[in-house]
Amino acid sequence: MVLYLKEFKIKWGMVIDLDKCTGCGACMVACQAENNIAPVVDASDKRRSMTWLLVYQLSNQKLYPDHDVAYLPRPCQQCGHPNCVPVCPVIATDKNEEGGIVSQVNARCIGCRYCIAACPYHARYFNWHDPVWPEGMEKTLTPDVSTRPRGVVEKCLFCHHRYMQARDKARVEGRDPNALAEGDYIPACVEVCPTGAIAFGDLMNPNHKVHQLSKSPHAFRLLERLGTDPQVYYLSRREWVRRQGDNILEHETVEGV
Amino acid sequence: MCDKELWPAGVQRCSLKYFLAWLVVVFAVLGWGVYAFYVVWSSGLHVTGMDNYFAFGLYIIFDLGVIALGAGAFFSGLLYYLVRVEGLKNIINLAVIVGFICYSGALLILALEVGQPLRSWFGFWHPNVHSMLTEVIFCITCYMLVLTIEFVPLILENRKLNKIKLLHHIAHNFHVIMPLFAGVGAFLSFFHQGSLGGMYGVLFSRPFVFREGFFIWPWTFFLFILSAVASGPAFTMLIATLMEKATGRKLVDFSVKALMGKIAGTMLAIYLFFKYLDTWGWITGILPRAGLTFDQMYYQLAYGKWLFYAELGVCGLIPAILLLVPKTRNTPGILYTAAILNCIGIVINRFVMTSQALANPVMPFDRWYVYVPTWAEWAPALAIIAYGALVLSLSYRYLPVFPQERKLNPV
Repeated sequence: MVLYLKEFKIKWGMVIDLDKCTGCGACMVACQAENNIAPVVDASDKRRSMTWLLVYQLSNQKLYPDHDVAYLPRPCQQCGHPNCVPVCPVIATDKNEEGGIVSQVNARCIGCRYCIAACPYHARYFNWHDPVWPEGMEKTLTPDVSTRPRGVVEKCLFCHHRYMQARDKARVEGRDPNALAEGDYIPACVEVCPTGAIAFGDLMNPNHKVHQLSKSPHAFRLLERLGTDPQVYYLSRREWVRRQGDNILEHETVEGV
Repeated sequence: MCDKELWPAGVQRCSLKYFLAWLVVVFAVLGWGVYAFYVVWSSGLHVTGMDNYFAFGLYIIFDLGVIALGAGAFFSGLLYYLVRVEGLKNIINLAVIVGFICYSGALLILALEVGQPLRSWFGFWHPNVHSMLTEVIFCITCYMLVLTIEFVPLILENRKLNKIKLLHHIAHNFHVIMPLFAGVGAFLSFFHQGSLGGMYGVLFSRPFVFREGFFIWPWTFFLFILSAVASGPAFTMLIATLMEKATGRKLVDFSVKALMGKIAGTMLAIYLFFKYLDTWGWITGILPRAGLTFDQMYYQLAYGKWLFYAELGVCGLIPAILLLVPKTRNTPGILYTAAILNCIGIVINRFVMTSQALANPVMPFDRWYVYVPTWAEWAPALAIIAYGALVLSLSYRYLPVFPQERKLNPV
């Protein structure tokens, strides 16, 4: 049942190479700093933490010496067929802008959390506490990113303000803001990744690296068979890692799905 | 000091002192709930057991439960005013009051549940026509108005108030147009009961609750309507019985209760027929398509398979049989037991669809968590029950709720 589907000429997407990711967490830190995420009251309470981008640890569940792990950074998947968008009763979230980024209008969100229930990736977060920055830290806030009050839902927007900046810059330089070159616009997590595990660009543009990478035989998307059509791809040469990208019945193979 | 002048004509009530003592108990529980409201509104929802995994908790489970159990109001109204099932005349007032309590209580809890309660009106100002929740917001609010309109003439029939000519005429005219409101109420109720189920059914990214269906409505839309009308009449009948136990007086003839039981049993059997089909389709279709198995849907004791068997067997099939067979239905103890099981089964359904659906990990590398409500969730829920007790107590004492009371309790 398709309640909401829209096609775009530009689709901003990520391809994350899990064989390159070391799980250092720099992307998480960059995301928090860039997007004005206040330090949480109790950071040990992981189910109430505010991590728009969260690095999961995957294990092949085998004992040494066969034991292997992988790290999976999980931003919002910016689904092509998002379940969170049609359920919102007040259109506080939408997928309606060229680029295909799922928006979040914080000033309109009533905090019903239906979108959180709808997201199978746990990419949406509720503001359980009033955001408070330690004295002096408020001077480090990113000017282009609005802070959010307690009681609303928030999420990764692929650093949408950077997209706006890149478009403005293109206009000033007399270029077409709808034909940004690779590297004109990249989110903070991509910029900071020390191993270059995260590639970012327009999935529809053959000149962008992500266009080719997303077609790799080692590429997969999370929970693809649910039909959410994410704009975030993962790469791994390890079959057991790809197998954890989706729910697979015993008799099925990754390729078979 | 006596309030006898306010009692309905020809009935006996307990002393005012005794009544006030009972109200003290009720207000104590209410006070605890009001304090919880203050704590949640002033410090935020982090005082609850909800988190980013359990976006919905006891507030929503409680709301879904009472809205289903309050369905006796619209369904009895539909059967009495439009289908003309005359036997329901003797319990229709109570059904309206129970519905009013359930819906107003649910709305109060919703004011706690949303993170930004002052923005609740956005649901009307910026409605998303694709969202089942929008439909719920619209229909529940409108139906609350209908229930209020249905309750007003009963209040105006208070012995003192009814002596005022204007109020007497208003009450009379409201009664005349009541079939219209019964129809409107039934229409609104069908949609919001269904949309509450639809809210879960449309979650295609949550295989635990996702269902296909007819046009824009998933099967859960229709299942929620059927389960509500299966449990609502049973709940109304149980409330009548509870009031009889509490007051020591006969309020409704047993034949009326048996009729409510028959209605509940019939609807429960119809519901279960479709629910079993739905469950079979879920196990053999939706789950394998998502790469999942039936066993993966259950976890330890908190979300174990016992819930499945309890909902569909012990609290489903068994009460349906007991309510459908005349011999068991006409035995008071069995009728009440079956009605209680029926209501428990529907509440388990609402719990499972809410809490277990969210606890169930969808990503293969994710894990199960267990939701435990805190006092800040129990207190408002108990306060709504206390609020219900308050409204019922006042209504019973001062309003002619039960037309048969005088006949059943000769002086």
